[in-house]
Amino acid sequence: MNSNRINLIIGREYWTRVKSKTFLLTTFLAPIGIILIYAFLGFLMTRGSDNEKKIAIIDNAGIAQDINLQRKNLTFEIKNESLQSLIGAYEKGEYDGIIELPPLDSTQQKYEIIYHSDKTLALDESSSIESMFRREIRDFKIQAFGIDQAQLDLIDTSVDISPKTIKDKEKEISSITTTVSSILGGVVGMLLFMVILIFGSQVMRGVNEEKINRIVEVLISSVKPIELMIGKVLGIGLVGLTQFAIWGILIGVLSFIASAVFGLETSAMSEMANNEMAQEVMANEGVKTKVLQVMKELMGMNWAMMIPMYIFYFFIGYLLYASLFAAVGAAAGDDINEAQSLTTIVMLPLIAGFYIAMSAVQAPDSTAAVWGSIFPLTGPVVMPTRLPSDPPMWQIGLSMLLSLLTVIALIWIAARIYRVGILMYGKKASFKELGKWIFYKG
Amino acid sequence: MNILSLRNVVKRYSNHTAVNDVSFDVPKGKIFGMLGPNGAGKTSLIRMITSITKADQGQILIDGEPLSDYHPTQIGYLPEERGLYKKMKVGEQLLYLARLKNLSAREAKDKLDAWLTKFEITDWWEKKVGELSKGMQQKVQFIATVVHDPKLIILDEPFSGLDPINTNLIKDEIYEMNRKGTSVIFSTHRMEQVEQICEEIALINRGKMILKGNVAEIKDSFKENKFEITFDGSFPSDLSSDSYDVIHDDAHSVIIQIKDGHDSNELLRGLIDRNIHIRSYNEILPTLNEIFIKKVGESHE
Repeated sequence: MNSNRINLIIGREYWTRVKSKTFLLTTFLAPIGIILIYAFLGFLMTRGSDNEKKIAIIDNAGIAQDINLQRKNLTFEIKNESLQSLIGAYEKGEYDGIIELPPLDSTQQKYEIIYHSDKTLALDESSSIESMFRREIRDFKIQAFGIDQAQLDLIDTSVDISPKTIKDKEKEISSITTTVSSILGGVVGMLLFMVILIFGSQVMRGVNEEKINRIVEVLISSVKPIELMIGKVLGIGLVGLTQFAIWGILIGVLSFIASAVFGLETSAMSEMANNEMAQEVMANEGVKTKVLQVMKELMGMNWAMMIPMYIFYFFIGYLLYASLFAAVGAAAGDDINEAQSLTTIVMLPLIAGFYIAMSAVQAPDSTAAVWGSIFPLTGPVVMPTRLPSDPPMWQIGLSMLLSLLTVIALIWIAARIYRVGILMYGKKASFKELGKWIFYKG
Repeated sequence: MNILSLRNVVKRYSNHTAVNDVSFDVPKGKIFGMLGPNGAGKTSLIRMITSITKADQGQILIDGEPLSDYHPTQIGYLPEERGLYKKMKVGEQLLYLARLKNLSAREAKDKLDAWLTKFEITDWWEKKVGELSKGMQQKVQFIATVVHDPKLIILDEPFSGLDPINTNLIKDEIYEMNRKGTSVIFSTHRMEQVEQICEEIALINRGKMILKGNVAEIKDSFKENKFEITFDGSFPSDLSSDSYDVIHDDAHSVIIQIKDGHDSNELLRGLIDRNIHIRSYNEILPTLNEIFIKKVGESHE
């Protein structure tokens, strides 16, 4: 093989794709689009109700006296007037609505507040009002039952499982190690699956296009078919890496800008979820400590080992499937859609690998996950998913060895099919023919 | 010296033998015709010469050496099935193809500039191939075939789909390169094209070589002693017809076939003696097409 020519081929495959409009569109517009939607949603959620509302309260329960009457965008007034006269004031436009608090009994577990108005409350307004009264009722009940506030504060206990390894005393595992590991593994497995599928099928289409164009005959009178195949596979692989690198940078930069502009923080989201003020504070504290813990966990991962492994599996997985896809593209006839049966065969183990990987997120040491990570066709997707959960070294070693051997064998087989297939014009090849091509010597 | 020699070359595909024991030599500096109907095995032969496929048996020598890795850079091949990247610009594409033939970027650019100037198409550099007409694409493809100054050019049906003007343009280029010493193999099923262009030919049918040699010699060996004579007045009826048969008789011309052991002078003398004014006198040589049909007919019997 001539590396000079392979470099030329890689260069062509890479630059024609990277300079194309489709690449620019998907690479730059997709993340901008995602960020814009994210920012827009955040904007809606935080600024959902931005007009001031003035609300009258008729307090028949006697709980509203010590309420802070000023809320974000909401002003309350406690009125000792009848509903009738307040409705008169509402019609004059003095109030946007009237809250009617029915009498409250300390044993009551369900309490309905009536809101009189023709305009409905926004989601955040109603949840703010609900949480406001929930807290008042809670205080009312604490007093009614004569409970000591200090004791009450002590009643809730947070429980965490703290795993401790028996053999390896050095290793520190915290309660959220497993969660962090499985989420990290799941994300990586998913990404690998997507990259292999998207860029593998680009290889297939590229090969088929050259065949249909008949340019392949000109090309392989200058280069060897295997050089052409490897150049194409590597060139498109680099396009994939470039795209992911740009996405990574863009998403980082844009989400930073978006959060700065729209003041969008994770706490704003959790505020929506946790209605109760007290809980909210606790949850916020909780979220903060959790985030810190997750960061600590992520930092504590064995990156020095994992990053090279991810790169290894990325290359192996991509090379393995991209060369199979190249063979399919070469074996397909002038109409690539006819090659459905061939594509299905290639995609089957890939999709199986994806499902095993997703189940490995929950149970990284299940039988399916272990064998799925060792079997070379599913391993490149399953093993990276298991990696953060520290699988035994022999499994990693076996998986790497098998997938390396398989990739070499498959590139060889794919190149043989490719070499014959690209010159066979017309209909797609049958399986019998493919078998013959592999052992065909010319 | 031969630029290309084939020795008992065999190529089998799963269900048929595409090339069956073919041997011929292409002399250096000549325009060589490889003839045969569609499916005769021409493309299979060319693919072996260009290292696209390998021969199952036999030997292929380029300039006296067995085919090896660097030979493809010395050959320029214009396939019958033309193909270029539709979405790539003409310039980029030609540079890429030239560099695959081991030219440096600089060399490739210089040579391409010269070719584009020669064809007066320098403004195509930034155009996408898909925007060009078919004839224009063929010009681009031709440049890609010859830009690396190959020793041997193989053209598979080079004129199919070209209009007469472009046909002549390409033909002139082929002649010019040939004058400068480039050997040319010209593969076609259109025999009449070969008669004008080629000195030597090989005739192939169903994977087998059926005839090879110098075009003039082949024609000579297949001649049937036919002559066409045109004259003023009418053909005299009192001529003795011992030495010839009249095959065709028009008002002012006849086609005759001289019988074995005689020659056409006897007839001419008779005409001159009768004061018939002869306008032209031509030997009718068989066309390659006729020779081909005759040979194929024989091999089928």
